[in-house]
Amino acid sequence: MAAPAKRVEQLDRVVIRFAGDSGDGMQLTGDRFTSETAQLGNDISTLPNFPAEIRAPAGTLPGVSSFQVHFADYDILTPGDAPNVLVAMNPAALKANLAELPAGADIIVNTDEFTRRNLAKVGYPVSPLEDGTLAGYAVHPVALTSMTVGALADLGISKKDAERAKNMFALGLLSWMYSRPFESTLRFLERKFAKRPELVEANQTAFRAGWNYGETTEAFSVRYEVKPARMRPGTYRNITGNQALSLGLVAAAVRAKLPLFLGAYPITPASDILHELSKHKRFGITTMQAEDEIAAIGAALGASYGGALGVTTTSGPGVALKSETVSLAIALELPLVIVDVQRAGPSTGMPTKTEQADLNLALYGRHGEAPLAVIAPKSPSDCFHAALEAARIALTYRTPVILLSDNYVANGSEPWLLPSVDELPDLAVPFATAPNSPDGRFLPYLRDPETLARPWAVPGTPGLEHRIGGLEKADKTGDISYDPANHEFMVRTRAARIEAIPVPDVDVDDPDENARVLVLGWGSTYGPIGAACRALRQRGLTIAQAHLRHLSPLPRNLGEVLRSYEKVVVPEMNLGQLAHVIRARYLVDAVPFNQISGLPFTAATLENMLEDVVKNG
Amino acid sequence: MASPVALKLTAKDFKSDQEVRWCPGCGDYAILAAVQGFMPELGIPRENIVFVSGIGCSSRFPYYMNTYGVHSIHGRAPAIATGLSASRPDLSVWVVTGDGDALSIGGNHLIHALRRNVNLKILLFNNRIYGLTKGQYSPTSELGKITKSTPAGSADSPFNPISLALGAEATFVARTIDSDRKHLQSVLRAAAAHEGSAFVEIYQNCNIFNDGAFDLIKDADTRDEHLIRLEQGQPITFGRFSVVHPEGSFGLKVQEGGTPIVHDATVDDPAYAFALSRLSGSDLNTTPIGVFRDVQRPSYDEIVRKQLLDAQASVSGTPEEMLNDLLGSGDTWTIL
Repeated sequence: MAAPAKRVEQLDRVVIRFAGDSGDGMQLTGDRFTSETAQLGNDISTLPNFPAEIRAPAGTLPGVSSFQVHFADYDILTPGDAPNVLVAMNPAALKANLAELPAGADIIVNTDEFTRRNLAKVGYPVSPLEDGTLAGYAVHPVALTSMTVGALADLGISKKDAERAKNMFALGLLSWMYSRPFESTLRFLERKFAKRPELVEANQTAFRAGWNYGETTEAFSVRYEVKPARMRPGTYRNITGNQALSLGLVAAAVRAKLPLFLGAYPITPASDILHELSKHKRFGITTMQAEDEIAAIGAALGASYGGALGVTTTSGPGVALKSETVSLAIALELPLVIVDVQRAGPSTGMPTKTEQADLNLALYGRHGEAPLAVIAPKSPSDCFHAALEAARIALTYRTPVILLSDNYVANGSEPWLLPSVDELPDLAVPFATAPNSPDGRFLPYLRDPETLARPWAVPGTPGLEHRIGGLEKADKTGDISYDPANHEFMVRTRAARIEAIPVPDVDVDDPDENARVLVLGWGSTYGPIGAACRALRQRGLTIAQAHLRHLSPLPRNLGEVLRSYEKVVVPEMNLGQLAHVIRARYLVDAVPFNQISGLPFTAATLENMLEDVVKNG
Repeated sequence: MASPVALKLTAKDFKSDQEVRWCPGCGDYAILAAVQGFMPELGIPRENIVFVSGIGCSSRFPYYMNTYGVHSIHGRAPAIATGLSASRPDLSVWVVTGDGDALSIGGNHLIHALRRNVNLKILLFNNRIYGLTKGQYSPTSELGKITKSTPAGSADSPFNPISLALGAEATFVARTIDSDRKHLQSVLRAAAAHEGSAFVEIYQNCNIFNDGAFDLIKDADTRDEHLIRLEQGQPITFGRFSVVHPEGSFGLKVQEGGTPIVHDATVDDPAYAFALSRLSGSDLNTTPIGVFRDVQRPSYDEIVRKQLLDAQASVSGTPEEMLNDLLGSGDTWTIL
């Protein structure tokens, strides 16, 4: 692969979107490009977008699957608003994505798929490659399929297998265009097809053919380079939110020295956590695919009662079903981590699209006065730390904790600076081992005066036999009690013990220290809000940003922070759920800014909105 | 396991300090006394025994046992107990439930616990009525049952709990009666000895809302004509009747005379136990009690445990070292 002289241009950032049919391997292609890019040291952020249908009819608009990767020589916060480069494997992929392309964007199209039949499937009477539709774009027509089949002609594999390798041809071409190191992809193919060596060769050959095509064809006259970003020293890997969350749970079990029990029922977009944890039995992790969402949390709670770190993972509809058991966990005052990877609702809604509309459900969605802790990760890699934090709160304060991830952070990816295991928090739990009353009895609801947590006495501990349940319990003894004063005391105590959980003060990013407007977010909107604030500041405007990780309890300093700004804007992917909390709790006139499209905010959308607020009040 | 002699436990040791609050005359008292009386035989220390219940009159049971116990939510006890049992194979986990709890709201969890063969001893107190909510018909009430919620008679046919459990692939299925302490304890003994799910239906009298539901098979002057005692290795006969396998047909039937079949609960094919279960309808006319089925197959707990142990057998290094390797797995890069 010796390089002939081609012009090399330096870029500071690029957004590429790979789009094709669900069967074209676009997620894999994007993943590999991302990994190559990570190896080079660029900062990265990715956004996959795939249909809920497993295989919609080939070549149709509902079947389009895409993967967007944003990489830069500086630190970036989002997967990019709009792609500079679209790789369209068929007419459907072109049609589904064209509207989001800015003028001048590069479009690489697989011309082999632009047949009359495929064009008709998506309603193109004439090929958009020929009728001027793409005027204003830099179109690169490439016969991806036939060149791949040609390159593999001597390998003796079926035509179908040869055609399937076209995504590697495309990856090879893009890897050449952006000067990516590709050794890891060749190694990856060896691992992936270890059981079928002929496919290792086919895919590696297709990759090299794509690379060589870029180098030799006159159709591509320019190569690009994006220099490594300045990142903190250390070892990195690229990680999705669901992977990071899973590893955070493994880390929590290790640091707590407890077995982890995951009860789960498959649901998009949370199932990958079940898949990941099921691979880590060597850490003493049991995963149970339960008969339903209710059984999943029930089994997790049963395991918690037995002294394990009980976890259940789901999405909004599952949280609704689990609600009764969450209330039981609150009454039993046992640790439990409930992961809600939010998706667009209500009901089945749009299972593969993102939303933040379960905040009310997490905060309030139970019968009775049933407070618990709620936290939300702000980025894919932050899911690791958020999972650890959820486990820490659950174990220390003996409470259910809802971890509100969402589809955007769960499936998006970014580089993750690997933490040092020794520096992760020690989550070791002191189980009750002896009676705690002067008369030699064991009082299951005698609280630690500092944490207000009750003792965790697990079955198998002699002398501490006791009965607990969902009926109201008398203070200290845990006996059934219908005493009015006791009920009032217990309700208030359960609320107070959640309110008393120490959480870090919220940080405010206000570099000019004279901002009038504060933008307050929570969870996965951190990236786009941060990018919008950065853009405004680069244009000389002042704005402050604060982001909530803890939604219950809220940081102690939040009221003071909010009141120190003239205007508070709260962007959310819902109809204003956090804004309502802020208004009700702090009497601050928080202005909601809402988008419920199933898509994450673009930085540009927020920049426009915030600019208006900053300039016009 | 410690021997009962070494533990020196008595029925009294299994009584908690809570006042028992079932209605006077409730069949639950007899079951509680029978269980407390039988527990010492198990030779299991009290701290290693857990009773998990759902909601309903029967589900108050754990409060009265001086063991570990959880009174959970309606229908969910099998699910909660599954998580406990699968993660703590050292414990003896008992589920106490009722006909509404197990067969209505919790039907799904019951069948899945049985299918998985979780190592649970499930005691279903069947009084064929909702007691705690004051007298509505239950999923085991006879068709046409007149109750507060069905003044014109219930329109839905009842479950046969034994048939249901067998259909769910239960490995141990038995039926007994609250008032027959000796029989009840013998069934509990067999259930406790069974590895895997043991399902025990206990006919229990609700003297407030469904009094006398089981009199036909309890009263001295009628029971001999209606109650069939299943005993392992013994011909199945009662009164002047025999349970026979009619030639050329499926199933079993009751007739006078003929050659009775010999009971064998260990028959692997559940069709035999199922045929036995079909002898009794809601009229109780010919009602078998005893162990219908007692077969061996690996329990869920055992399989889960083995997978964990196998995965842990091949590891090297401390958990922290393993975690470090896991976090750094896949493609990594280092920035100096």
